[in-house]
Amino acid sequence: MSVHMESLHEPTTSSLPLEYQEDGNLKIFGFWVFLAAEVVLFSTLFATYLVFHGNVAGGPTSQQLFDIRGFTIETFLLLTSSFTMGLGTYEMRRQNTKGVVVWVLITVLLGLGFLGMEISEFSHYVSIGANISRSAFLSAFFVLVGTHGSHVTLGIFWILSILVQVMRKGITPKTARKLFVVGLYWHFLDVVWVFIFTVVYLTGKVM
Amino acid sequence: MLHSLLQLGDKYFMWNEGPMIWTSDVLIVLTSLGIIGVLTYLKRWNWLWKEWLTTVDHKKIGIMYIIAAFAMFFRGGMDGLIIRAQLAVPNNQFLNAEHYDQVFTTHGTIMILFMAMPFIIGLMNIAVPLQIGARDVAFPYLNALSFWLFFFAALLFNISFVIGGSPDAGWTSYAPLAGPFYDTGVGENYYLISLQITGIGTIATGINFLVTILKMRAPGMTLMKMPMFTWSILVTSIIIIFAFPVLTVTLALLMFDRLFGAQFFSVTHGGLPMMWANLFWIWGHPEVYIVILPAFGVFSEVVSTFSHKRLFGYKAMVVSMVAIAILSFTTWVHHFFTMGAGASVNSFFSFSTMLIAVPTGVKMFNWLFTMYKGRIQFTTSMLWALAFIPNFLIGGLTGVMLAVAPADYQYHNSYFLVAHFHYVLIAGTVFGVFSGLYYWWPKMFGHILNEKIGKWAFWIFMISFNMTFMPMYFLGLMGMTRRMYTYPAGLGWGPLNMIETIGALGMGLGFVVMVYDIVYSIRHPEKDLTGDPWDGRTLEWSIPSPAPEYNFAVIPEVKGIDAYWMMKHPKGQEPEPTKAVDKSKIRPIHMPNNSYRPFIISVAFFVAGFGFIWQWYWLGIPGLIVVVIGLFLRSFEYDDEHFISTEEIVQTETAAGRL
Ligand code: HEM
Ligand SMILES: [Cu+2]
Repeated sequence: MSVHMESLHEPTTSSLPLEYQEDGNLKIFGFWVFLAAEVVLFSTLFATYLVFHGNVAGGPTSQQLFDIRGFTIETFLLLTSSFTMGLGTYEMRRQNTKGVVVWVLITVLLGLGFLGMEISEFSHYVSIGANISRSAFLSAFFVLVGTHGSHVTLGIFWILSILVQVMRKGITPKTARKLFVVGLYWHFLDVVWVFIFTVVYLTGKVM
Repeated sequence: MLHSLLQLGDKYFMWNEGPMIWTSDVLIVLTSLGIIGVLTYLKRWNWLWKEWLTTVDHKKIGIMYIIAAFAMFFRGGMDGLIIRAQLAVPNNQFLNAEHYDQVFTTHGTIMILFMAMPFIIGLMNIAVPLQIGARDVAFPYLNALSFWLFFFAALLFNISFVIGGSPDAGWTSYAPLAGPFYDTGVGENYYLISLQITGIGTIATGINFLVTILKMRAPGMTLMKMPMFTWSILVTSIIIIFAFPVLTVTLALLMFDRLFGAQFFSVTHGGLPMMWANLFWIWGHPEVYIVILPAFGVFSEVVSTFSHKRLFGYKAMVVSMVAIAILSFTTWVHHFFTMGAGASVNSFFSFSTMLIAVPTGVKMFNWLFTMYKGRIQFTTSMLWALAFIPNFLIGGLTGVMLAVAPADYQYHNSYFLVAHFHYVLIAGTVFGVFSGLYYWWPKMFGHILNEKIGKWAFWIFMISFNMTFMPMYFLGLMGMTRRMYTYPAGLGWGPLNMIETIGALGMGLGFVVMVYDIVYSIRHPEKDLTGDPWDGRTLEWSIPSPAPEYNFAVIPEVKGIDAYWMMKHPKGQEPEPTKAVDKSKIRPIHMPNNSYRPFIISVAFFVAGFGFIWQWYWLGIPGLIVVVIGLFLRSFEYDDEHFISTEEIVQTETAAGRL
């Protein structure tokens, strides 16, 4: 079935990187558009958080709550994981399945570390009475940071499922595209975190 | 035993509320049994599953959207009639205040999110891939998922009527009224969660069509050679992508307040009720352009086709749509001038709102100039488009009146406003989708809708529409406020209200006649054997009606605006036989497989939503887990495409008289 087949989608030339071949081009572009929608979603959450930042209703303020050491380590873990994910993509381009598996697994471990810290941060807050019902500020904090955290959780499962596919099928245009897309997602979450780090934690510590 | 059963009935099914509920229960059970019976009797289950429930074909998905939109028009229209029955005479006690609140809430919500949106998405599903010479949308599977999410969200919203009670805080669901403190019960949860589910589907649709239009146009079709309807959908998709995530967040915040005790909109713990109004309308105003721009697109196609002229001012049309899209994000405060944002803020939003009248006016003139000196053909589709112009103008001009902030203190939340938005929503969106339905029907089903009955439906509906809503302007100026369940005698409001109610019945009649037209035309089809019943200008008319599964046997080459018209009338040459397909160019075609998963995932979403509405987390969380499992299983699916062989294409095209 190799001769002159017209596909549903526009044909792609083979000079492109593997992940852009077959219908990868279309799907990667679609994913970028999805990320645009995600940007709007997070922007709305950030705006909400900024509106409510001072509305502590007599409860704890951001200055009292946030722990510099904790959020610095979280940031370090997530930023590093973005880097290792990048190395995974690099190995994918070199057709090195083993390299992909190693770097992606490291990414997942770093992601899990980040999540663990976030969960312990949240449960600490709740244990001292700073829960979602305490004030509008805390509601906004938990929903913004929690939305990011749940994205990371989903991302970890997603990465693992793609990893299984790469291990089963090797690096084909399809698996390459999937790995590339989940990588985009992971980097995006990293960028969002950079904003959370500056807008929520750093600013919240001084103001 | 019986006693405790009745108690459960009162708690979950509101049996203590009397005959209205009992009748609905009986009707729902009977209808469901009827549908199941008919399907079983005709042995159609397999057909339903294979041809429809699992389909990923954009044309079938479009048809399902439109069928569902019709059903929702019926439901929302019944609500409208109930409202009008209650308001027909002063001091009426047909409904009590509580029930009235529920009825206008479900009316507004259903009409906007479960009628207008799916009707438009249905038309774009049918027309856009055909207009750009594509074989499907970019992501057919995702498209099916969007549909089923909408479908089950609509179902979820509708069952609130008989299970637990409908939402009752208005379609705008303002906090703190809709918050946990003032609005106990599950009604508002139904609103929040079903809108959330359909909203996710809509975001996916926006992404899908943006990618489809940008990446899958036939060779030669540059952006500035696209049909105007496709342009309107491109712009609409962009608005969806930027507006709907705001709705997602807004609904989620109130859901957190209601289900998990957050304090976003409370007044006691630092929450801000005004935050809701702002967020809601940051989505809400763009939303009204999401439902109007595609209607503008339909009118552009219809007016040009039935004037047998090229659309006047193509570039101006595109530029004004883009301008409207940008401006639509800068006007949201005009929905609450009276909430006290201050003079300078109000002035800004007053001005930005009036600015939108400029590009809209440009479009109006372009349609008029398109008709100027054209050979106008008064088909049913064209009648809807023609009626749109003066009626929408009334809605638009009164909109500019409302935009004058100080004057708005007089009309705000009065029947003047109710009249305004029905004049734009009905004369714009509803006339638009009806026009599009008559226009594209032959392409969907291979036969034309009966024109004579269609014109009856048009005249009855259009005249009754004016009878219903024109008096509302005057009632508003006389002081009648919206959302009031009854009014005293002696204010002089009685006669106008009675006229409105009679008008509403007329609209109901018009709708019934249109449904009759559909039924009649299915039984006595006037077949469209040419594929081009209107002497059309764009590519969808170059293929047989109904369109074959793969749409285009050979992807066409586009040379300019109105691509098909140019093929039919080549400059300086003898007209070539445009219908014939060049057999030597036919190749096997790659098409996506059907899939049951979008359906199943959406059922799981429905179950999860129901669980969260009732705060039954034992049901809600497993439901969500099934959704996630479904998505992961999809990721592991590799063999999801099939081929249509050359022989099969040749056979189909021969049968359609193209070879
Ligand atoms: C079929 C004929 C219709 C009738 C008789 C009708 C009647 C009404 C009336 C009387 C109200 C005001 C209720 C009140 O404020 O107390 C209303 C509200 C509303 N209608 Fe309609 N309507 C019709 C069709 C539509 C359509 C087609 C749409 C949208 C596409 C629509 C959207 C709305 C909305 C959004 C509200 C506001 C609900 C609220 O206050 O929360 N209506 N309708
Ligand atoms: Cu508005």
